[in-house]
Amino acid sequence: MIPELGHFALALAVALATAQAVIPLWGARARDPRLIAAAPALALGQLIALAASYAALVWCAVTDDFTVLNIVDNSNSLKPLIYKITGTWGNHEGSILLWCLILALCGGAVATFGRNLPSALRARVIGVLGFVSAGFLMFALTESNPFLRVWPPPLDGQDMNPLLQDPGLAIHPPVLYAGYVGFAIPFAFAIAALLEGRVDAAWGRWVRPWTLASWCMLTGGIALGSWWAYYELGWGGYWFWDPVENASLLPWLTGTALLHSAIVVEKREALKTWTILLAIGTFSLSLSGTFLVRSGILNSVHSFANDPARGVFILGLLAIVIGGSLVLFAWRAPVLAPSGLFAPISREGALVLNNILLCSIAAVVLTGTTYPLFADLLFGVKISVGPPYFQSTVLPLAAPVFAAMTVAPLLPWKRARLGPALIRLWWAMVAAAVVGVVAALGLRRGLPALAFAASAWLIVGAFAELVERTRLFRVSLRTSFSRLAGQPLAVWGSSIAHAGMGVTIAGIAGMSLAISTIVAVKPGTTVPLAGYEFKPLMTMHPSRRAFTTQRTTVTDAAIHTNGFADIYTVLGEEHDGEAVLRLHYNPLAPWIWFGALVMAVGGGLSLADRRLRVGAPAKRSLAVPA
Amino acid sequence: MSATLPPTPSHKGRGLFCSPSPCGRGPGGGVCAAALALFLALAPAAHAVSNPSEMLPDPKQEARAEAIGHQLRCLVCQNESVEDSEADLARDFRKIIRSRVLTGDSNEEIIAWMTARYGDFIRLRPPFNALTAALWGAPVIALLVGGVAVVLARRRRTPAPAPLSDEERRRLADLLGS
Repeated sequence: MIPELGHFALALAVALATAQAVIPLWGARARDPRLIAAAPALALGQLIALAASYAALVWCAVTDDFTVLNIVDNSNSLKPLIYKITGTWGNHEGSILLWCLILALCGGAVATFGRNLPSALRARVIGVLGFVSAGFLMFALTESNPFLRVWPPPLDGQDMNPLLQDPGLAIHPPVLYAGYVGFAIPFAFAIAALLEGRVDAAWGRWVRPWTLASWCMLTGGIALGSWWAYYELGWGGYWFWDPVENASLLPWLTGTALLHSAIVVEKREALKTWTILLAIGTFSLSLSGTFLVRSGILNSVHSFANDPARGVFILGLLAIVIGGSLVLFAWRAPVLAPSGLFAPISREGALVLNNILLCSIAAVVLTGTTYPLFADLLFGVKISVGPPYFQSTVLPLAAPVFAAMTVAPLLPWKRARLGPALIRLWWAMVAAAVVGVVAALGLRRGLPALAFAASAWLIVGAFAELVERTRLFRVSLRTSFSRLAGQPLAVWGSSIAHAGMGVTIAGIAGMSLAISTIVAVKPGTTVPLAGYEFKPLMTMHPSRRAFTTQRTTVTDAAIHTNGFADIYTVLGEEHDGEAVLRLHYNPLAPWIWFGALVMAVGGGLSLADRRLRVGAPAKRSLAVPA
Repeated sequence: MSATLPPTPSHKGRGLFCSPSPCGRGPGGGVCAAALALFLALAPAAHAVSNPSEMLPDPKQEARAEAIGHQLRCLVCQNESVEDSEADLARDFRKIIRSRVLTGDSNEEIIAWMTARYGDFIRLRPPFNALTAALWGAPVIALLVGGVAVVLARRRRTPAPAPLSDEERRRLADLLGS
C-alpha cells in the first residue's frame, strides 16, 4: 500500500503545483489579496505532498519491496542500507523525483523566508516556481513514475551499478541538484520582475543570497563529482570534458557571472536587463543540462530515439520554459527603467568584463558539446570534439579572468583608474613573478609555470582588498588588527572565494606535471616512482572488486596523499603471476578539490553576512549618490 | 566525473580522457595557435592499464605514441581515447601506432593514416574546415558578440545630462556659497 500512497501523494503534488502556478499569478495580476495570500500555503502544501511521496519511495527501497519495478531494477536485498536509501536517486525515475522535491523545497524556502518581500512579488515568484514544478511533476507522474508495480514480484532485485555504491556518489547528486535547482529561484525572481516591469536595488538584494547559495552548492557538487571520478574510476584524471560534466560546468559559469552582475544591480542599479537575462540563461542551462544529458541525445541521436515519449515530453517542457521566458524577456525587458551609468574602467566595467569572458567560455563549452550532434543532424557528418578542443579554446578565455579578478575588487565604483589599483597590488605581482620564475627554472616548462604564477597572483592578491581596508603599516598594527576583525563577512567571503580559485589552479597546474608508468610486479616487489621507493601491492592495496549480481568488476584506486601530492595506484589484470599496475605521481592533486571547497566556504561566509541577509536593511551609504 | 545523474558508464565504465599533444597540428586557420601550443602542456596524462610489454622501450618514442593515442578516439567507446580505452580495438590501434612510430613515421603521418581509414570521427581534435569553422571560431565569435553588445548598450544610453534649470543653478549657488 505504501507505493500507492506515494503515487497518490505525487498526484496530489501535481494538483497543488498546478494551483500554485495559477492562483498566485492570477491573484497578482487581478490584485486580489486573498489569492495572493494563498501562495505560501500552496507552496508548502506541494512540498509536504512531495516529501511524503519521496519518503514512500525511500520506504519501498529500505523494505526491499520488489513489487515496485523501480526497486527491482535498482536495488538488491544484499545492498547496504545506506545505498538502499541513496539508491533512490541513483536512477532516472528517482532522480527526477528528487529534482522535483528540491524545486518544491525552493518554493517552500521562498514561502518561509520571503515574508518581507512585497506580497505581490512573492506571489509571482512562488507562482513561477509552481509552473516549473507542475510541468516536471507531470513528467514524473506520466512518463517516469517510480511507483509502478510489477507482478509477480521477483525474488530479488537487479542491484545498482557498483560504481554508484560509493559515499562520494551517494551525496553528490543531492548537492549538485541543490545547485542546479536553486537557480530556479533567481529565474523565478527574473520572470516576476519582467511581469511586474520593475527591477531595483531591493530586487538585487533579494536575488543575490539565493544565487549565492545555489552557486555554493553547485561548486560543491561539481567538486564532489570530480573527486569521485578521480578516486573511484581509476582513470587517473579529474575532468574529462564529457557532455555530462560540461552540463554541470555551463550553469556554474553563467551562475558565477550572475552572482557578480547581481552585485552591480544591488549596489549600483546598473546591468538590470543583463542580470535578468543571465538568471533566465543560467536556469535554462541547468534544465537542459539535467534533462538533455539524461535523454542521451548528446551522446547519440539514436539513444534518444529509443525512448521518444520521454524525450519529446522533455523537449516540449524545455521549449515552453526556456522559449516562453525568452519571449517574455524580449517583450518586457524594454519596459525596465534604464540603468545607472559607469565609465568603462570601474568596478562595474570590470564586472562586465568578467561577465563577457565567463559567458564566452560557457558559449564555447556549449558549442563544443553540441557541435557533433548538429553536424550529424544537419549534415550527416560524424565528428568528435574532445578534450584537445576544450583545452585549447577555454584556457585562453580563462586566463584574462584570472588576471582581472584580483584587480576588480580594488577598483572603485562608477569611475576608476587602473594605476592606483595596480600599485596597491605590487606585492601580489612580486609574489606571482617570484613563483613564476622559480617554477619556470625548476620545471623547464612554460605553461605550468605561468599557471603557478597565476595561482600566486590570485591567492596573494585576493587579500589585497582586506589589507587595504585594514590600512596595514599606515596605522598601528593594533588598529589594523581591530579593523581586520571588523571587516564585513562579505569582504572576507569574496577574498576567500577568489583565493580558492587560485588554489584550484595550482592543483590543476600540479596535475599537468603528473607522471605515470605501467609495471608488472609480484607482491613485495619494490618500484621506484618520482623519488619514492615503495611496494605498491603491500603498502597501497589497490583492488578490483567483483559485484556478483551485476557481474561487473570495479577497479578501486589506492591513493596515498600527503596533502601536496598523491601516489595513485590502479590494479589491472594478472599476467603469469604478476599483477599489472598503473602508478601515478600526481603533484598538488588534492588542491583541486580543496580549492573548490574554499570557494564554497567563501560563498557561505558571504551568505552569512548580515548585509546580505534577506530583508536586512541595506546601508545606503554604500551607494554613493551621483 | 559524473555530473547530473549517475553516469551511464560507457565502455567498461570509463570515460573520456585529456591528452597532451605535442603533435604540432594546431586547429588550423591559426586560431589561437600560440595560446594553444602553450596550453596543451597543461593536460594530464593517463593510460589504460594494459600489458607493460606493449610499451616501447625508448621512453621518447613511447611518449610520442601516447600523445598520438590521446588524439584518437576509440571508435567503439563513448568518448574515450585510444590510449585510455581497454577495448580490444583500442589495443589494436595502440599496437599499430607503436609499430608506425618504430618505422619512423611522423605524428602527422600517423594521424593522417588513421583519418584516411576511419574518417574525421576518429580525431578528438576536429580538423579546421568549412564544417568546423564555427566550432573553432566560437571563442572569437562569443567575444565579438559580447563586445558589440556592450558598445551598443553604451551608445544607446549615454544621453548627455540635461542642463541645469535656473532654479537648480540658484540652489547650487546657494549650497556652494554657504
